[in-house]
Amino acid sequence: MEWEKKDSIRNFCIIAHIDHGKSTLADRLLEYTGALSGREMTNQVLDQMDLERERGITIKMQAVRLNYRARDGREYQLNLIDTPGHVDFSYEVSRSLAACEGALLVVDASQGIEAQTLANIYLALEHNLEIILIINKIDLPSAEPERVKQEIEDVIGLDTAGAVLASAKSGTGVEDILEQIVVKVPPPGGQVEAPLKALIFDSHYDSYKGVIAYIRVVEGTVVNGMKIKMMATGEEFEVNEVGIFRPSLTSIGALRTGEVGFIAASIKNVKDCQVGDTVTDAQCPAAASLPGYRKATPMVYCGLYPADNIQYEDLREAMVKLNLNDASLIYEPETSEALGFGFRCGFLGLLHMEIVQERLEREYGLNLITTAPNVVYRVTITTGEIIEIENPSKLPPSGMIELIEEPYVKAIIMCPKDYVGPVMELCQERRGNFTNMEYMSASRVILTYNLPLSEIIFDFFDQLKSRSRGYASLDYELLGYKQSNLVKLDIMIAGEVLDALSVIIHQDNAYYRGRLLVDKLRKLIPRQLFEIPIQASIGNRVIARETVKAIRKNVLAKCYGGDITRKRKLLEKQKEGKKRMKQVGSVEIPQEAFMAVLGIEGK
Amino acid sequence: MVEQYTYLKPLGLYIHVPFCLKKCCYCDFTSYPYSEAAAGVYLDALFKEIELYSQGLPGWDKALASIFIGGGTPTCLPSRSLTAVLDRLSEVFSLLPGCEVTIEANPGTVDRQALIELRKGGVNRLSLGIQAFQDQLLSMLGRIHTAAEAVETTRAARMAGFEDLNLDFIFGIPGQTLADWQETLSLAASLEPEHIAVYGLQLEAGTPLENLVSRGKIQPCSEDLELFLYQTAIQYLSGQGYVHYEISNFARPGRESIHNLGYWLNRYYLGLGPAAHSYLPCGRYANESTLEGYAGRLAQGELPVSTTEAGTVRTEMAETMFLGLRLISGVDLTAFYQRFGRRVEDVYRLEITRLLKAGFVEFANGRLRLTAAGLPLANEVFIEFL
Repeated sequence: MEWEKKDSIRNFCIIAHIDHGKSTLADRLLEYTGALSGREMTNQVLDQMDLERERGITIKMQAVRLNYRARDGREYQLNLIDTPGHVDFSYEVSRSLAACEGALLVVDASQGIEAQTLANIYLALEHNLEIILIINKIDLPSAEPERVKQEIEDVIGLDTAGAVLASAKSGTGVEDILEQIVVKVPPPGGQVEAPLKALIFDSHYDSYKGVIAYIRVVEGTVVNGMKIKMMATGEEFEVNEVGIFRPSLTSIGALRTGEVGFIAASIKNVKDCQVGDTVTDAQCPAAASLPGYRKATPMVYCGLYPADNIQYEDLREAMVKLNLNDASLIYEPETSEALGFGFRCGFLGLLHMEIVQERLEREYGLNLITTAPNVVYRVTITTGEIIEIENPSKLPPSGMIELIEEPYVKAIIMCPKDYVGPVMELCQERRGNFTNMEYMSASRVILTYNLPLSEIIFDFFDQLKSRSRGYASLDYELLGYKQSNLVKLDIMIAGEVLDALSVIIHQDNAYYRGRLLVDKLRKLIPRQLFEIPIQASIGNRVIARETVKAIRKNVLAKCYGGDITRKRKLLEKQKEGKKRMKQVGSVEIPQEAFMAVLGIEGK
Repeated sequence: MVEQYTYLKPLGLYIHVPFCLKKCCYCDFTSYPYSEAAAGVYLDALFKEIELYSQGLPGWDKALASIFIGGGTPTCLPSRSLTAVLDRLSEVFSLLPGCEVTIEANPGTVDRQALIELRKGGVNRLSLGIQAFQDQLLSMLGRIHTAAEAVETTRAARMAGFEDLNLDFIFGIPGQTLADWQETLSLAASLEPEHIAVYGLQLEAGTPLENLVSRGKIQPCSEDLELFLYQTAIQYLSGQGYVHYEISNFARPGRESIHNLGYWLNRYYLGLGPAAHSYLPCGRYANESTLEGYAGRLAQGELPVSTTEAGTVRTEMAETMFLGLRLISGVDLTAFYQRFGRRVEDVYRLEITRLLKAGFVEFANGRLRLTAAGLPLANEVFIEFL
């Protein structure tokens, strides 16, 4: 027998390019359906992290259940899964898509289609989701809904006849959106009587309850007290809480076919509850697991070190805890001659890296030194063996290297046609291979380039924005590895190689970058009691050199009048400044120096 | 001379006079334009403050080794007011035999008559702020006098009977050349003062001069030149028979400033007047920094103390080190042990090892002192002891 309520369930997510109003729309849906009272309402309810609100982005997906009485008089259960909009997190998007039957595609009425709109649409179509098109921000003076619709038809081939014209800000169109969800998004399939099959689409760690698994029940029912089994790991647990998101976690005792909610089962180890795994009934297991997800591959690596070595243990604990809520973060211990003990960490992208670093500093009170990010190089050594290099300083000596390959991405850049020139110039500078150019409309263009990923992580995005006055958008996906003429650039400070500053770069850029880097370091490293030579070298060859002159005089001339406290405080301030620096050999190096490799493009 | 003041007692007394005819461009001390009315308020309050101490000092006796009237420009005030203050002080406190009584004065604010009255009233040491002997540098600093007036005032002081004379100079003034500085030093020596102080110009935040420099309107003195000017002064004045006894101070043998030695030996002192600081067994404290606040508190019969800092033994040791190392002869190891019951070498073992290795300090004659290399980098040495 079919569970009578299943027909009234609609599971959907919202996909959009960053800043097209996704989180605000989610707020309106919550408000309209009364999931939250006006008093509980803050802006961007689902963006719970301070960081998300400050930056106006969604980092972590969130789920919420809404109850909606539709025009047909029936009560519907709507499960909304909010998704991150940034390219770094497209992995998270694909996870939430797998738990839904429909997607709200939000497009800004003046900006039109952007790179991530396209990427997200293709993802949604791959998952056979019903797409409800929403043209948002129609109340803006610059809104051109008709043009945007035309663009969508031309580029994506999506019928825009039923598109909802909305303003998430003012609430216009919210009811229409809810109606379309009810009418267009199909109710979930699946057999209620079948053995339990539930997809884990996310999780977070609660220090009291253990791992909280976010699940979509595909078949069967999960109830409190049930013995469950994780199909990938084979681990068994007893469920001690079943509930839904309102949006706070609320116990309800059971989740049935088609429903979205959470379970807790005193799972202490996150590895036992992998996102993408299938939960089944331990007594009566399902025959096969659901298709999981491809594991997130870290694209960017960097070293994270405590500024003060005493904080190493704290950093380790913080990484473990952060990892509980962010499975895409990868880390392993690493030692640097310059920086001591720390971790080499893998991230989905630069934004992800920045966010992890900021969360570690904010939420765990750590003071970190981050080394410049790099990609993973694939090196064939003379013995024929292939090794992966996640840390430039670990590159074997050139005599041992047969060839080096680096990851390439397919980059899709959309921009107004007036900026095609500068954008193409940027791509050329970054060793890009042009593959295609298409007119999206009379005024907008889609450029496709194959670019080395390492070039994208060197402030490509900022450059793209500045050269297109903010109009270009970027999305990229990994293409694979390609051989390149790469060399390792080492930096020597006071005659010693500072391993944390080594970078692998293209031979053609080595001299230029070496000179810029050395010059930048000269400005960043404060004068000390002795002269400090700074050199850039490739192999044994020094290609650039600068010197930080020694301090010659530092003395308070006048020391009377009795205000000894003030003199002491002045001296204490000087001492404090030194403490914030990293002592490498005899040289004190400020934290910014380790990031100097970034942002040396300014000409 | 240094040796006989290594004990903590007796006390130094400082009086802050917060008035100037015009504030100099580089100065960030508390100072108001002089007016008779403001001076009246100030003197009234100062006498009240002296009265409050007539009952005794917290934890200390009232024997004074030195009095120093500084500012501002103390000689803005009429001489008779200043001598009246001294008279009252000698009644309330006891002046030890040989008590050094210094007053600061600026050329152009005192005439011969005033100097005679001050000398007669008990002032036995005069400290003149001359700063430079080049009129264009004086105007850059915002001084109200000329070089010629400075020479004249120095002569007047001698004629008034001052046998203990200090002249202050500044090097590192924007636009100052080596030749300017050599001229200043040789003119200074030719006046034969007992004591000479040379200060590197410090650009204090918020002063008009610092503002001009930070906006790029004038070029500051380069560090290399400043260092060279400093070394020139040490070399020249030593050749003229002056003992370089503190980072910025030179004296004929036996003419070191008793009052300032008190600071460098980290001895106790009492400060009177707005913004004056005190250091007594109960800790360090500061008076209300504005004249209004200072006078207001005293009108209510309260001590005008605004902030106090109890201080730990660790702080006291650090201060003893960084103040003592300002003396060229350095910190007396025996005196440190007598004061704290611990040896300098034990308390700061690591720091001293590091500094010895860097060649910035050395042990000599039972003292720890800066080397010639450590002298211009004294702050780098001092912070090791904090």
